[in-house]
Amino acid sequence: MKKQVLALLLACTMTAALSACSGGQEADTEEGSDASQTEEDEDAAQAEESQEVLVMATNAEFPPYEYYDGGEIVGIDAEIAAAIAENLGMTLEIEDMAFDSIVTSVATGKADMGVAGMTVTEDRLENVNFTDPYATATQVVILREDSEIADTDGLEGKTVGVQLGTTGDLFAEDIPDVTVERYNKGFEAVQALSQGKIDAVIIDQEPAKVFVEENEGLKILDEAYTVEEYAIAVAKDNTELLEQINGALAELKESGKLDEIIGKYITAE
Amino acid sequence: MREFQEAFYSNFIEDDRWEYIVDGLGVTLKITFFAVIIGIVLGFLVGIIRSTYERTGKLKILNAICKVYLTVIRGTPVLVQLLIIYFVIFASANVSKELAAVIAFGVNSGAYVAEICRSGIMSIDVGQLEAGRSLGFSYWKTMWYIILPQALKNVLPALGNEFIVLLKETSVSGYIALEDLTKGGDIIRSRTYDPFLPLIAVAVIYLVMVMIFSRFVTLLERRLKQSER
Repeated sequence: MKKQVLALLLACTMTAALSACSGGQEADTEEGSDASQTEEDEDAAQAEESQEVLVMATNAEFPPYEYYDGGEIVGIDAEIAAAIAENLGMTLEIEDMAFDSIVTSVATGKADMGVAGMTVTEDRLENVNFTDPYATATQVVILREDSEIADTDGLEGKTVGVQLGTTGDLFAEDIPDVTVERYNKGFEAVQALSQGKIDAVIIDQEPAKVFVEENEGLKILDEAYTVEEYAIAVAKDNTELLEQINGALAELKESGKLDEIIGKYITAE
Repeated sequence: MREFQEAFYSNFIEDDRWEYIVDGLGVTLKITFFAVIIGIVLGFLVGIIRSTYERTGKLKILNAICKVYLTVIRGTPVLVQLLIIYFVIFASANVSKELAAVIAFGVNSGAYVAEICRSGIMSIDVGQLEAGRSLGFSYWKTMWYIILPQALKNVLPALGNEFIVLLKETSVSGYIALEDLTKGGDIIRSRTYDPFLPLIAVAVIYLVMVMIFSRFVTLLERRLKQSER
């Protein structure tokens, strides 16, 4: 038994040694053709450089603005961002992260822009710049169908679920005597609602529609909160990109492409 | 320096944001405390069953059940277990989130404590068991009066380590919207968009808690060592 193990070990070392030898030879032969190859590499690198990368930070759990379809992130924001990138001659790269990390990522330069159905608020403006708005939205209240809550005043003293860091979170805080439960994901708050763990969820209208459609026994309260505008967040010191995006957005609006993208995902009632 | 003061003000003083940290700390300590108790009780029970089976061959069925428990709990991440307990097992029952978290972390910790406990019991020479039995003690009395006290002393460092891990693992309880220490920092971060101060403050508080706890374990170890002389 012991001998067998020893033999196996020896065999392993020998193969390792052999492969090391052949590796060395390969390296030697490569050196000869090195000159021609580096030239090619440089060409490729230059081609890549001309196609700059535009990194977009988002939270892909927010249908229909951004969500996973198969392995890809799709939605209104994803398509608008792609159109902007195309307009600027850049390649788009989407990074999916927690919603409350998006502004921080943009402010610290980890991402070039934040496109996540993000409302312009004063607190956010202190840390990032916003482009011109590209869509309007409202905050709505999702309830269970058998709920007794009739209007937004009825939320007083109830337990309300929100997604951490969203405008719904800020609204919920202002309701008197309310218990706010901050979930990392919007759909988790909706899940908790349909399981009876909380009384209501405050979230943006369009995702709310999708959530109510997909979960039985939920409804949207008729009374909505104020209208707000979605815009793209860009780092404070990157005014060049801000202007470029604004320019691209204006073109998209004029050509009707923007409405086309939004209309593709949101059907007017 | 002024910048720091401003950042400190907006992160902790403005809107009484420090309350998120303090309340969160309370929740973290509460969950950890009760989870540790569940972990110890469950862990020692499972550990004793497992080592009894190993030493005497009895409790075959119980041992099999314990093995399944260990495999499942140690084979899946605690975050997934927490979400399963909250959203699947307690799907229709309206239990408080704290209870769900205490159960999740307690049951999780129990699996690790069980293995620590078993290793402690197995580290005591089988001669001690034989000696106890020949003196007329029953198996369980030998376990309780002779083996466990010695085993406990041997596994104290490992146990202390497990509880440090547990304390830090509770940081994932924000996933079920529980406002523990980490979530408290996250809420501040979502308001001020300043990553630095909230994260550092949270980290320092965890560190201090762990340091106090380790010190306590060291003192206990030293106290227990006195009997060796």
